[in-house]
Formats: sequence, C-alpha cells, structure tokens
Amino acid sequence: MRVAENLNTALAALLAREPDLYVLGEDVVDPYGGAFKITRGLSTGFPDRVLSTPISENAVTGIAAGLALSGDLAIVEIMFGDFAALAFDQLLNFASKSVSMYGSRLPMRMVVRCPVGGGRGYGPTHSQSLQKHFVGIPDLAVYELSPFHDNLAVFEEMFARGEPCVFFEDKVLYTRPMGVVEPPFSVAVSGGVARVSLDGPPDCVVIAPGGVAHRALAAMRSLLVEEEIACTLLVPSRLYPFDLPDDADADIRAARRVFVVEESTAGGTWGAEVAHVVHRRHWGRLAQPVTLIHSAGGVIPTAAHLERAALVNESTIHSAITEALGG
Amino acid sequence: MTQPVTAVSPAGTPDDADLSLMLTIRAFELKLLDLYGKGLLNGTTHTCLGQEYIPVAIEGLLDPRDHVFSNHRGHGHYLARFRDPAGLLAEIMGREGAVCAGVGGSQHIRRDRFLSTGVQGESLPVAAGVALHLKRAEPGRLACVYVGDGTFGEGAVYEALNIASLWALPLLVVVENNGIAQSTPTARHLAGSIAGRAAAFGIDHHLIGTSDVAEIRRTLEPLVARVRSRSTPLVVEFVTRRLGPHSKGDDTRPAGAVQALREQDWYAWCAAACPGRFPRLDAEARAHIDAVAAEVTARGPSRWVQS
Ligand SMILES: Cc1ncc(C[n+]2csc(CCOP(=O)(O)OP(=O)(O)O)c2C)c(N)n1
Repeated sequence: MRVAENLNTALAALLAREPDLYVLGEDVVDPYGGAFKITRGLSTGFPDRVLSTPISENAVTGIAAGLALSGDLAIVEIMFGDFAALAFDQLLNFASKSVSMYGSRLPMRMVVRCPVGGGRGYGPTHSQSLQKHFVGIPDLAVYELSPFHDNLAVFEEMFARGEPCVFFEDKVLYTRPMGVVEPPFSVAVSGGVARVSLDGPPDCVVIAPGGVAHRALAAMRSLLVEEEIACTLLVPSRLYPFDLPDDADADIRAARRVFVVEESTAGGTWGAEVAHVVHRRHWGRLAQPVTLIHSAGGVIPTAAHLERAALVNESTIHSAITEALGG
Repeated sequence: MTQPVTAVSPAGTPDDADLSLMLTIRAFELKLLDLYGKGLLNGTTHTCLGQEYIPVAIEGLLDPRDHVFSNHRGHGHYLARFRDPAGLLAEIMGREGAVCAGVGGSQHIRRDRFLSTGVQGESLPVAAGVALHLKRAEPGRLACVYVGDGTFGEGAVYEALNIASLWALPLLVVVENNGIAQSTPTARHLAGSIAGRAAAFGIDHHLIGTSDVAEIRRTLEPLVARVRSRSTPLVVEFVTRRLGPHSKGDDTRPAGAVQALREQDWYAWCAAACPGRFPRLDAEARAHIDAVAAEVTARGPSRWVQS
C-alpha cells in the first residue's frame, strides 16, 4: 500500500468512527480531492463534515480551533505547508495557548496537516520544510508522516493528546510504499519510533523523520556495501516534544556517533533540538558531538539542477557520515 | 506618461500589435503545456489561457515606471510588459538567460518594476507599500496588482484595501475573476461580491465584461488617470475565463462547461472577426514561440551565484 492510500484510508476510518470530526481545507472535496488527492472520496462519504474552504488559512485554522473548543475534532489540510505561516497566529497564540492559559486544561483536539518538502520543482514558496518553526511551542505537538507508522494509529495518538498538533507530510512520500525495508535491514516499531537495523551493534545511529527516512536508508545501504559502516536508523513519529526511546540507548552506547537528518534548510533546525536531548543523556559516552545533516542554507530554487544541489539527499548523508567517521 | 490609447480597429477587434501580443501569449502557454506533456518541463505552471487580453489591455494604460505585482498565473502579465518569451521560458526551464537565474521559476519573478510571488494575497499589502512610496517619491506613478477571485479569501487583501483607501494610495487592483479558484467555483468561495467588498472600503469598482482591448482601454483610461492624479485606489474586475487546467492536468470541470467557455473566448471571436489577418498573425506567433522554445531548450543550465 502506498503512503497516500494509507493516509486517505485513515482519514476515512476516523470520519466513520468519530461523528464529530470535520476535515477542512482548500479544494478538498470531490472530484478534485485535494491538491495531492489525500482527501479523495471523503466528501462523497461525509458531505456535511468534509468541507472545501475559501483560500483563508488563518480563518480556517481558527475555525478548527472553534470546533475543538466546542468539543469537536478537526483536521485542517493546508494545501502547501508553506502557507501554514498564515495559520501560525491561530496555532501559536490561540489554539495552543488555550490548552492552558485559562488556568485549567482545555482539550483542543485538532490537527493541521501540512504537505511539505521539495524535490518537485515547485519553487521557494512551495517547497519548504517548516517543522523547525513549530518546535518549542508549549502545548503544541509536531508529528511527521512516515512510511513506518500506520496513520490511523498516529491520528488517534494526536487526538488523544488533547492539544493541537501539526502533522508534516513530505510530499515525496505519498507515492512511496508503506513500511518496506529490504534485507539485510529489518524494521521494528515500538513506542512511536521505528528502528531499522542490522544484526549486531551499529557503528553509528541515524535519527531521521519519515520524510527523509528512505534517503537515509539508501545512504545506509551504500555505507554498508561500500564502506562496511553499519548504521541503525531511528524514525520518530512525534518530532516535538522529542524523547529518545529507551531502546535507542544501547545503540548509542555501542555506536557513540549520532547523526540527525532532516530536509530543513540550515539554521535553527529540529536536529539542533534532538542533538541537545542526545547530548544531555549521552555526552560523556559520545565519540563526537551529534552531526546535523540538512539542506543547504538559502532558499530552495525551482530549477531541477539547482534544487538538487540545495536539498539533502542520499549522497549528502553518505558523505557526511563517512567524513565524520574519518573515512 | 500613459501610452496613447490604440485606435479602434474595425468591428472592435484588436489592432495588429495587440492581437499579435495576445496570440504570442496564447502560443507561449500552449507550448508550455506541450513541453509538460513531453516531460521536458519540471515543476508546475499555471497558464493564463483565455485571459491573455487582460494584461495586454492593462499594459496599454501603464507606464514602465508604474509597478506591476503579478501572481501564480503571471506569464501573460510578464509577456505583456516585457515581450520576452525567451527569458521567461528560460526561467521556467532553468536554462541560461533565465530572468531570475532559475531560482524563482514560473511564479517568482522580479525584473525592473515587475514582481510576482506564489503565495496568495501576499502582494496586495506589498503593492500598497510601494504605492505609499510612489505617492511621495514619484507622484503620478501607480502600483498595479493582479489578483484572482479566489484570493479574496485572504484577510491580507482586506487589510490592504482598508489602508489603501484610508491613506489614499495610488493602487490599481486588477481582479481577474475567471469564475473558479483551482477547483472551487466562485459561488462556493465568495459570499456577496467583489464590487460590494470594494464599496465597503469606499473604493471605486469597475466591472469589465468585454474582451475588446480597445474598448477596455477607452473605458479605463479616465479611471486610471484618476488613480494617478488623485492618488486613490481603484478596483477593476474583469469577468473572464480560465480555459486550461489550474496547473497541469488537474481540470475536473465537465468537458461541456469548458467547451462553453471556449465559445466565448477572444480567440474564437477574433478569428471569426478578422479572417484576413488573424491566420497570418497566429501563424507568426506560433512560429516565433516554436523557434524560442527550440533555442531555449538547447541552452545549458542556468547558473546561480548565491551571495
Ligand atoms: C496562501 C495560499 N494558499 C493557497 C495557495 C494555493 N493556490 C494557488 S493558486 C490557488 C487558486 C487561486 O485562485 P484565484 O485567486 O481565483 O486565481 P486563479 O488561479 O483562478 O487565477 C490556490 C488555492 C497559494 N498559492 N497561496
């Protein structure tokens, strides 16, 4: 099953199960079914609760907050995650604040879905990875779509938090298959973190969210074949608040080298937050500080050759790891 | 100052220069869809098929020192201003000679006093800021901003209109109301009317139903002159048609509905009204664009020196 289909199926199941769930977004109704077709079929099944909105990201996110305030559930699709900038005030200053600023906990069950990332030549305002801008906001959780996490369970978890969540979806994942890992690697998911590993202790640990997991995996394969470097990959579903899973401790103790990969452009990254968590827990054991691997600093150009040079990819990851390992 | 209004051609058809420009924009947009179909273009693009006459008419009322703010559907706006299909195609294809080094692509272009960006509603406040500058620094100049009906969903549009009216800014808002935003018909995204919204801010609004370029200019010339002389905003709303998909291959409208729009298209109307010169000018425009496309496709990749 492809990732898009898994996501679409999860949304349909949630709509069927939760009579008070709304799905709102630009052009989400049939036959169009959303710019990336993730909502296809949903409005046909649930015409009263799947609504195409005007081009009003700020108001629509506020409307989701109003629904959540009334005890309903809401999912907002931002057509391109870049435009979540227009929803930022509602998320930062209203929806997340409301969870605790009135002196008692107010559950706000809403998820803002943001298709993000480049690689498709959409240009500087349609290709960003905005995760880092949502990190560190009290009462706001950040999740990312992953081929290793079933979306129904992820959405259940997000709603169960009772606080607004932003769900980032790397557009390049939509057409990729769910959960496939080729031998000699194998995958196991526990506590919201997928662990892709080889038998035996790793030489390094790579932490990467869902959108770059396949690029990290491709690099891990070439590192193994060409350099005999063994890596363990950890793919968390929840990016913030970030917790290091307990079973990662053994990997980190063995490897003593940790890398964080993300597509974000350089500067103030999610990886810096992860590095801080890893440093606090493992500082004395690490052979070197956590290495951050991300896209270049600067805007993401449109032209394919320029965009390729800017974005993090398999070979950037491969060379960052060999370099850090002194290869 | 403003360029002279073109003399009326027989039966209200565009003169050779205007018709040729409209046909060049049409040929350019068709060429893009063709290149996409052949897998030669990367990314996305929004063609202005059906709307070509609007920037052609508007540019006839503008001075090169006026500012133009364009949007995602901006190829016609750019071509009407600069007549530079090679630079634009190179930008879209990431080839040498690209207007913005291939960084911006189809929706992010800046050249002289022309600027486009792909985030809806963003440019109206920016245009108002430029209008504020012009009012003091270059009285008589204006900022012209193109905006679609769907973009009236964005709050920034109203914040800008309010300030433009309060501060009497020389802002010309050209609304290309093509009846649809991506897949959503105007009736499902816009309550009330654009006229009513302009009226709410005390801003003059003028509705244009025709695609006769000379008539449009005759009607608008005194109104645009007032924007300059009195430094007040104006909303001009064109009732127009989007003949192509929103971007590429994403048209979910029934074929019959699109066919009905084609029948109202300026192209069909001009072809019938000028059987003599139309086929010649159309063939010339297509040949020109074919040659540009062949030449640009053969160029090397654009170079970007990041500073
Ligand atoms: C802030 C923002 N939200 C959504 C989009 C995605 N988008 C691009 S064009 C478009 C429709 C615009 O409709 P309209 O303003 O009527 O212009 P048209 O496409 O019809 O020319 C949408 C939703 C965007 N570019 N910016």
